[in-house]
Amino acid sequence: MNKNDALLAYVLRLGDNALILGQRMVELVAAYPELEEELANANFALDYIGQARMFYAYAGELEGNGRSEDDLAFLRDENEYHNFLLIEQPNGHFGDSITKLVLFESFYLLQLEALVHCSAERVAEIAARAEKEIRYHLRHNTQWLVRLGDGTDESHQRAQGSVDNLWRFTGELFAADEVDNIFENEFDGPELYSIRGRWRENVATVLAEATLEMPEDEWMASGGKEGRHSEHLGYMIAEMQYLQRVHPGATW
Amino acid sequence: MVAVALHKQQVLQWLSEIADPEIPVLTIADLGIIRDVKIGDGVVVELTPTYSGCPATEVIEQSVVDALARQGVEDVTIKRVLSPPWTTDWISEEGRTKLRNYGIAPPVEGGTKRELLHGERRIACPRCESTDTSVVSEFGSTACKASYKCNECLEPFEYFKCI
Repeated sequence: MNKNDALLAYVLRLGDNALILGQRMVELVAAYPELEEELANANFALDYIGQARMFYAYAGELEGNGRSEDDLAFLRDENEYHNFLLIEQPNGHFGDSITKLVLFESFYLLQLEALVHCSAERVAEIAARAEKEIRYHLRHNTQWLVRLGDGTDESHQRAQGSVDNLWRFTGELFAADEVDNIFENEFDGPELYSIRGRWRENVATVLAEATLEMPEDEWMASGGKEGRHSEHLGYMIAEMQYLQRVHPGATW
Repeated sequence: MVAVALHKQQVLQWLSEIADPEIPVLTIADLGIIRDVKIGDGVVVELTPTYSGCPATEVIEQSVVDALARQGVEDVTIKRVLSPPWTTDWISEEGRTKLRNYGIAPPVEGGTKRELLHGERRIACPRCESTDTSVVSEFGSTACKASYKCNECLEPFEYFKCI
C-alpha cells in the first residue's frame, strides 16, 4: 500500500466512524425521556454528521473519481465501511449508549489531539475543529456515566453490565494495521500504543469515580477496520440508505 | 459583470449587513466568520464554519451569494476555510453587546481546554447581571447555546458557549 492509498483509507475510516456513530445517535432522536438530553443527543449527532461530511468530502477529492460525500455515505455497502465494531453496536439502554460514547470518545479525543499535529494538512484542520466538539461531548457523557455508576443499585448494576459487555470491542481501537502504521510514519500520525496507555489511565479514572470496575482484557472482537462487521451494521445502513437506494439521486 | 471596479471594503460592508439565520440580532460580521474577501476576475468570499454540523452554514453561504447578487455581483465563489478553527473569541465587542441586549449571555472570553473539560466560569445573567446563576442544560435551542437560570431574578436565559 502506498502513502496516498493509506491516507485515503485513513480519512475514510475517520468519516465512517463519525457517520455510523452519528447515525446511531440519530436513531435516538425523539426517544429521550427529557428535553435537555434530547437536545444534547441531537446536537452531538449533528457534530458527528458534520465531521463525517468534512472527512468524506476530502476522501472524495483524494480518490479523484468524482464521488461526493453523499455518494460515500449512501451508496457503499456494509463491507465497504471501515468503522470500529464498537460504534455500530445497537443503542441498547441509556447506560449502554453512554458507556459506548465514553469508551469511544476517550479514544477519539486522543486521536484528534494527535491528528491536529499530523502533516496531512486537511486532516489536521478538520481535527482542530472536531477536537473542541468532542471534548465537550466527553465532558457531558462522562458526567452521566459517573451519575449512573455512582447512582442507585439498579443503575450501578446496569452500567457495570454495559461496561462489561462493550469492553470486548475496545481492543480494536488500538490494534494498528498497515493503514495506521503508514499514516503514523508518513504523516506523523497518532501513535496508537501510547494512546492506549493514556486511554487506559483516563478511562480508569472515570470508572473509579463511577465506582465501576474496569474489566480484564480478555478476548477482543475485531474486523470493523477491514470491513468485517457485526450483524448490526447491515440493518442500520439499510435504513440509512433506503431513500437513495430506492430513488437514486433524489434531492430536497 | 459590474461596470465599476469593486472595492474590498465595499464588499465587506455589504456582507456585514447579513444576519445570522439562527441568532438574527447578530450579523455574520459580528460572529467573525468572514475571514477574507478577494477580488480578482470574480469575488471570493472566505468563510469559516462555526460548528462542524452547523445547519446554518449552507444558509449563510447562500445569503452571501444573494446579498452580492442584489448589488449586481454575479461571479461569487464561497471558500470554506477550516483553519484556524472558529472560536467564540472572534465574536466582536459589538456582537457581545447585541447578544446581551437580546437576552443571551455572551461567551466568557478564552475558550480554554480546561474550561471545556471542567465546566464554565460563573456566567452573568444578561438581565440583572447577577453571577449567582446555575446551568440547567448544556444545550439550548441551538448547538452553540446552553440553558441557564438566574438564582437572583429567577429568569431563565441562554448562554452562548465558549469554544
